[in-house]
Amino acid sequence: MITEERPASAGTTVSAVDRFAERTALVVDIAARYADEVDRDARPPREAIAAMKEHGLLAAAVPVEHGGEGATLAELSVIATELGRACAATAMVFAMHHGQAMALWRHGGVALGVTAMIEAVRDGALVASSTTERGIGGDARRSTCAIEPDQAGRIRLRKDAPVISYATEADAILVTARRDLDAPASDQRLVIALPAETTLTQTSTWDTLGLRGTCSNGWLLDTETHEDRVLRDDYATISARTVLPVSHVLWASVWLGIAADAADRARRAVRKQARAAVGQTPPGALRLAELLVDLQTMADAVRHAAARFDQVADDPEVLESTAYALAANALKIGSSERVTDLVTQALRIVGIAGFAATGELSIARHLRDAHGAAVMVSNDRLLQNDAALALMTGAIL
Amino acid sequence: MHQDPTSAATAVALVAPTTELAVRRALADHGRLVVDAMDVASIADLYALGLTSHATVNVMLAVENELDVEFPDAALHRSTFATIESIATAAETAA
Repeated sequence: MITEERPASAGTTVSAVDRFAERTALVVDIAARYADEVDRDARPPREAIAAMKEHGLLAAAVPVEHGGEGATLAELSVIATELGRACAATAMVFAMHHGQAMALWRHGGVALGVTAMIEAVRDGALVASSTTERGIGGDARRSTCAIEPDQAGRIRLRKDAPVISYATEADAILVTARRDLDAPASDQRLVIALPAETTLTQTSTWDTLGLRGTCSNGWLLDTETHEDRVLRDDYATISARTVLPVSHVLWASVWLGIAADAADRARRAVRKQARAAVGQTPPGALRLAELLVDLQTMADAVRHAAARFDQVADDPEVLESTAYALAANALKIGSSERVTDLVTQALRIVGIAGFAATGELSIARHLRDAHGAAVMVSNDRLLQNDAALALMTGAIL
Repeated sequence: MHQDPTSAATAVALVAPTTELAVRRALADHGRLVVDAMDVASIADLYALGLTSHATVNVMLAVENELDVEFPDAALHRSTFATIESIATAAETAA
């Protein structure tokens, strides 16, 4: 049915007064142009990263008091979805960058090394992260490596990281490490590692089913820097109040984009069928309608979670509550399960043209990328964390 | 129905006769208008002549079929399908 005036892109909400819409569209064009090549060659989406820098998308969330535009998480969520429609690797870079970058001003304090990094982000710097560590498994909240003091306020750090996404493209890598050599595994800090002060030795190659362009290779990271490059807050606080909620919202936003684009392709396919026999609703139309119900449910969950973070962004009590942690995990688990379902539904609707590896109705890349969602930070690990928390609260946010 | 030849003449957008004919045919076959689509003024309000949003979908598909074009999402507004002229203009833009 043709309804009253609608947003230009169906499936997601795009505000008419969205101040990032035009710039996002420019980046989307470039990301879309290289998406298949990035995927095929498992190489970083360099052109789209350059475009994100040029158009201020990487700097979008820098607060006004630091000279930035102060984008809300709701705004970032829309950008991530639009990028996700075009190139999931580009969108994940955007999402992972913001999960880290926001920690700088929310938890960094006023040390010169930190404020200089905030200025760099304002000017377009790309931030990567190194949390997981060989020998620890996927648990980002424990570290073996430790910050080692050197002379005159200098510190050293060596980390054997099984994955660091887009490390070669980043202007800084935020690294978790134990506070010092005597600290327990869970007493972590976040250190800013700059390329000029860091040596990366590749230990493994990211050759995966999907999200190939994130280039999450394994690296042995050695950095020597000044202690003013350590963020003020401990990582437990940073994770609970910022990295975890922001990452889960933005990842889910990317997955929403993957699903939305798959749904668009399904719609195009059904329209083709409908043209063949105008007046008769093709069987695929019913499946498409069903798909759109699930897509809208996912969009509602993602956008609501983004808006909720914006509401309580400065309320540590809420952010550190059990109910909030469960809600943040629920979004990640729920959307990552949903995205593979949605993309699979779209594939069934499109049929053979969707099953094809390439072509304008191909769903192949979407399906492979979607499967990354449930395994990047394993849903089972999150459920295990939830299992302990579940006994403590029944609150629904 | 009131047809005003003056305003038809002052209309800015000029669409190819073949496009307009394709639109009229689509309306005749699928528009369920209360009048003959071949006789409707190109700027007459089709919704006032019985076009519904459901019928619009089939009109759109038929035009796409006939002219081998695809209306972009951005063109899928109610106003796009308000007159023969606006449909034809959108079809030519989509081509």
